[in-house]
Amino acid sequence: MLEITDLHATVADKPILKGLSLSINAGEVHAIMGPNGAGKSTLGYTLGGRPGYEVTGGAIRFAGQDLLALAPHERAAAGLFLGFQYPVEIPGVSFVQFLREAANAQRRSRGEEPLSGGEFLKLAREKAGLLRMDMDMLKRPVNVGFSGGEKKRAEMVQMGILDPKLAILDETDSGLDIDALRIVGEGINAIMRAPGKAVLLITHYQRLLDYVKPDFVHVLAAGRIVRSGGPELALELEEQGYEAVVA
Amino acid sequence: MSEALVLPTRRDEDWRYADAAFLAASDPATLMQWSEWTIAPGETRRDYRVLASGALAGGTVERLRVHVGAGGRFELGLVNAAGRYARFEAEVTLAEGAHFEFGGVTIGGGDNVQEVVTRVLHAEPGATSNQIVRAVQWGRATGNFLGRIEVARDAQQTDAGQNFKAILLEAGASANTKPELEIFADDVKCAHGAAIGALDETAGFYLASRGLPPAEARKLLIRAFIADAFAAITDEEARLRLLDEALAVLDGEAP
Repeated sequence: MLEITDLHATVADKPILKGLSLSINAGEVHAIMGPNGAGKSTLGYTLGGRPGYEVTGGAIRFAGQDLLALAPHERAAAGLFLGFQYPVEIPGVSFVQFLREAANAQRRSRGEEPLSGGEFLKLAREKAGLLRMDMDMLKRPVNVGFSGGEKKRAEMVQMGILDPKLAILDETDSGLDIDALRIVGEGINAIMRAPGKAVLLITHYQRLLDYVKPDFVHVLAAGRIVRSGGPELALELEEQGYEAVVA
Repeated sequence: MSEALVLPTRRDEDWRYADAAFLAASDPATLMQWSEWTIAPGETRRDYRVLASGALAGGTVERLRVHVGAGGRFELGLVNAAGRYARFEAEVTLAEGAHFEFGGVTIGGGDNVQEVVTRVLHAEPGATSNQIVRAVQWGRATGNFLGRIEVARDAQQTDAGQNFKAILLEAGASANTKPELEIFADDVKCAHGAAIGALDETAGFYLASRGLPPAEARKLLIRAFIADAFAAITDEEARLRLLDEALAVLDGEAP
């Protein structure tokens, strides 16, 4: 589903990713772990196509397409979802307003019928319920006045509504208390644990992986994947720290 | 009387950002004309107007002078989307306990110069006014808001607010604002704020990452931005119409 080959990327002319390769198949959950500054968030933003994150080498194939040839909104329509570490607050624009437009823009580009207002609200209510989020919160301006945990849950509600093929979740576990962590973990499983779907979890800690069990764990350091393994690698990292494992 | 015959130039403080060629070519009798309205005590008048894009090639100046009687209310919504020089001017005098609510938007590109000029006179005690102006410009266009608030000696408990924000979509566009306060009473609340910037790129990427095409994302953000100006307009239908009129300019012309 996702094939990253020898990816090099710079931010403000500073090389961050230096030859990263990664292959993710449908049905798999991958976790990328690594110390601060390793390039984890840069990988997420580069896959999402954020302006300012410049690819200077390598290739990315996603669902049979050249991902780098697609604009951010086209990547979303192709089935890629980026969960933000710091979800953006947008005063004056409500979740339901923009999500319906976004969902229908995606559907149009895939040649599908747009959702009616009623159909959309039903879908939104169902996904909000999955994340135990009050539907009224989705009528409020995007992320404005939300706590850190509410923002992360709202990200997962959006993921549920948009129904992507591949979710790249950048530190979705940060800012969550113990209960919210479980709710978010179960939400990810409910939405993304399906044939034809895949997840890339970007995280510092083992704790989210207790709920969303990864098939593969990778260690990212200095812009490259330096080790890959099964779920046991996350436990080893948790016990010994990055320094010991990376060295 | 004499005022009607003197042609302003850019040396006049109130006309410093105006289009000099347009002024020079204008007939002073037309240019300096005022529409005069009186709102009776306790009454409310609402006025919503659009200076439309493309309607006038050379320029247009509309001047409105309103006296609001005691306890009266004047609600004014304006979209200035015209070119090449388009100026809307309001001079509002508030009697005791009267209120002036103003929401204005300038929006346009090309070489347009779009101005909103207000002078609000709090002539008697307890009057309130609230002015919110938003500018969205691109190309080499300019959006201006000159807002003057005058509080008379006896006009205690005046509460006057003024807020201007501009978004410049391209590097060549500009915005000017000049708040002026002249206060002769001592128990008065006057607030003003101004900010000029670009569209929030982070918000744009966030919306795009959910699948919104750039033009739609930008429209949503600009709609939210200018909606501030019309938030206090009580007539829901008029509020939406003003928003649509402003956004229609964006559809046709923006980069």
